[in-house]
Amino acid sequence: MSQLVFFLLSALTILSALVVVFSKSPMYSVLSLIVCFFTIAGHYIMLNAQFLAITHIIVYAGAIMVLFLFVVMLLNLNRESEPHKTTKLRIAATVSAGMLFVTLIASLKSTQLGAFSFPPASDYGMVKHIGQQLFTDYLVPFEVSSILFLSAMIGAVLLAKKDKN
Amino acid sequence: MDQALQQVPLNWYILLSTFLFCVGVMGVLFRRNAIIILMCIELMLNSVNLLLVAFSAYHGNSDGQVFVFFIMVVAAAEVAVGLALLMSIYRNIGSTDIDVLNKLKW
Repeated sequence: MSQLVFFLLSALTILSALVVVFSKSPMYSVLSLIVCFFTIAGHYIMLNAQFLAITHIIVYAGAIMVLFLFVVMLLNLNRESEPHKTTKLRIAATVSAGMLFVTLIASLKSTQLGAFSFPPASDYGMVKHIGQQLFTDYLVPFEVSSILFLSAMIGAVLLAKKDKN
Repeated sequence: MDQALQQVPLNWYILLSTFLFCVGVMGVLFRRNAIIILMCIELMLNSVNLLLVAFSAYHGNSDGQVFVFFIMVVAAAEVAVGLALLMSIYRNIGSTDIDVLNKLKW
């Protein structure tokens, strides 16, 4: 049963990721990336990471992809204005990505994955556990990330502002 | 849910996220539109996130999930700044084609 769910989710993930790369219109790319993110959230739920699944949906589908959609609409990108690479470069890109895939798989073949603790504790992905860890062991990175957000916000506003001259 | 972890081997998650990462790499090499390239970078970040969550679930250790949380923070900041840069590029040269941006090429 869970194998079937895994295969279904993985097929959807791979299919929508390929549509992101190969679709002619940027709008379809954005929409299929949203589908891809939702299936990844499904994977997180299967892996017992409920907090991350919800955060993933809120942050990616709710904020980042809306930003992408907004920019695509603002710049009025469509099928006609889409620049394309030459066929030679496309074949080169596909071949090099495929060679990277083969290399990674070949290097994984001889890897020892280590011992797993079965059955795993089921409350690891819950808000309580993650929150406790975030505010005790990872307190300094958490605070630093707030500074990162502040600087990113100021930078985005400064960059997107219209020049006076 | 614990049963799901026992039925699906960790290798399958490694394969899936490797494939997703390679699709992202291919997209960066394949497309000329800078927005699609940013989206492919998001795809690569997400494949790494998936792998971290899978390892953290199989090892019964939640450190990996905290790392995924921080990667999401960095990705959100990156997208905000990247799209602001793209808007300003579009305002100046009227396109998001990366082949037009060749001033720094020797």
